Order: sequence, then structure tokens, then C-alpha cells
Amino acid sequence: MSSPDHGAAAAAEGGFHIDPMHQFEISRIIPLEIGGIDASFTNSALWMVIVAVTATLFLTLSVGASKSRALVPSRAQLVSEMAYEFIAGIMRDIVGPSGQKFFPIIFTLFIFILLCNLFGMLPYAFTPTSHIIVTFALASVVFIGVTLVGIFKHGFKFVKLFIPSGVPVWLLPLISVIEVISYLSRPISLSVRLFANMLAGHTMLKVFAGFIVSLGFIGGGFLPFFFAVALTGLEVLVAFLQAYVFAVLSCIYLNDALHLHDH
Amino acid sequence: MEVEAATQLGKFIGAGIAATVALAGAGIAIGNIFGSYLTAAMRNPSAAQGQFANLLLGFALAEATGLFGLVVALILIFVV
Repeated sequence: MSSPDHGAAAAAEGGFHIDPMHQFEISRIIPLEIGGIDASFTNSALWMVIVAVTATLFLTLSVGASKSRALVPSRAQLVSEMAYEFIAGIMRDIVGPSGQKFFPIIFTLFIFILLCNLFGMLPYAFTPTSHIIVTFALASVVFIGVTLVGIFKHGFKFVKLFIPSGVPVWLLPLISVIEVISYLSRPISLSVRLFANMLAGHTMLKVFAGFIVSLGFIGGGFLPFFFAVALTGLEVLVAFLQAYVFAVLSCIYLNDALHLHDH
Repeated sequence: MEVEAATQLGKFIGAGIAATVALAGAGIAIGNIFGSYLTAAMRNPSAAQGQFANLLLGFALAEATGLFGLVVALILIFVV
């Protein structure tokens, strides 16, 4: 929002210009163009690679290494097993036994989003999930995958998903249209929820951090400082909560496609 | 030039209304969810732990509708 002349004016006054949106800027690290499409390696891609490598290394080294796989787990193994058991429990509760073969995709999504969100809390880090194109890609994978699973499992009967049972016949034209719209808006709500939470949280943190600088710590700046500390705690909670909600909603969508409303 | 200024004004007013109204709705919803949860948990504390996942889910869903307002505000300012 900050127009360049406003920033220049602030700099001319000798003030310290704070742009809370600067942290979301994408910069090219390795410029690359394939067939007219910009496929540069950006800071967003860098952080996604860091997340993927960290998750893979941690989950394989803590559990996979044959020497360390113990009946009484070490701390690292315990963390991995807790994460596994957490998602497995959610899937058991929501989808049931028939959903167990979809466990890997839900677990991968959860770990990836959780680590993206948590790594974004590190100072000077970039949060890939604060960009809607990243979250929309993730949500599209869930949406298209779930739709295909439903069509392969039920064939034409998949349409039953849009016709709730126990509805009067004369209401069906209206209800089924609403059901179709709500089904199509799933990837949008799934992606916007994650993106907007990350964007709003990080912007709010930066705005309050800016208050500390502009007030000076002694001259009242300690108040936004303590608020920023509390907000950081809240943001860590939100980072976990959004990853959890993404996984739970993916499970609910999967359950809908597998069981078509009848439980 | 005046049309441009009026457009800019309209954008900012619209963005402000979008963000504030959505925030009010999300505030009511989140308060309602946690209030209802506490009421129910006080009546039957033994069943409270089992509904904690639903509580978080409802909180996230309610919060998301508020954040849609933020998205509308951002679109108004940056895109339109």
C-alpha cells in the first residue's frame, strides 16, 4: 500500500520507514526461463526445499535408521511417532479403516504445511504458505484427488454427493445447485483460509514490531514489545492450528467422496 | 483527476468496510463457539475433552470467514 513517494518522504524526514509487506516479496535467486515461462529458483522455492529436506531427513533419521529404532524411543523418534499417531488418529476418527491407504498424502500435506508455517516464524525467514498460489496448488491437489477418488470408486453414483437424502423432491433443484456450489468453493476456502491466516498474522507481527522501533523502547515501546511477544506465541499456535485444520478438512472431503454421506 | 481521486476514496472506504464488518462477524462467531464450548464443558466436564477437536475446527472455520473479508479488502486495494 505504501506509495514510493510516502516512503521517500519518511526517509527524507530522517524517520525509519517500515513496510510490513516487504517480507512477502519474492526475489529470484537463480534466474531461469524455460520456453518463455519464468521458472526461476526463488526464495519461496528455497524455503520449500529447506522444509522438504528437513522433514525428510528428520522423519527418516529419527525412525528409519535401523540402529536407532527402539522399543523405548529416543526423543527424536518420539516426536516422529507422535506426529504419525496424531494424523493416524484423525484419519481413523473421520475416514475410518477404508481411508488408511490415503494416509501418506494427508501426512505429507500436514508435515509440509506445518513446517512451512513454523519455519516462517524464524526471523528473516520466508513463509511459502503466505502466498495464495502455493496454498491454492496444495488445495487443488486435495480437491482434484478427492474428486477422482470418488469418481473411480462410485462411478456415476458420485452425483449422489450433491443430493442429500431426506430432502423433499420439490426442493432438490435448489439444494443440489447449492451443494454443487459449495463443493466447487472447497478449494478456494481451503486455500484462502491458510493463506489469509499466514498473511494477516505475519503482517500484524511486523506492524507491532514497527511500533516498538518508532516509539523507542523506553518511550512506551515496551508495550507493543510485550504484545509482540504474546502475538508470536499466538502465531505459533495458529501455524499448528492451520496445518491441523487443513489435514482435518482434507480428511472430511475424502470421507465424503469415499462414503457419499451415508455412514 | 477528480474521478481518480473519487475511485481511490471508494476503494479505501470499501476496503475498510469489508475488513471491519467481516471482523465483527468473525468476532461474534468465535465468541459464540468458545462460549458454547465452555457452557457445555461446565455441564459435562467428562465429555469436554472429546469435543476439543471440533472446537478447534469450528474456531478455524469461523475465523476463515472473517479472513475472507480481509482478502476482499486486499483485492480492493491492490487489484481493482
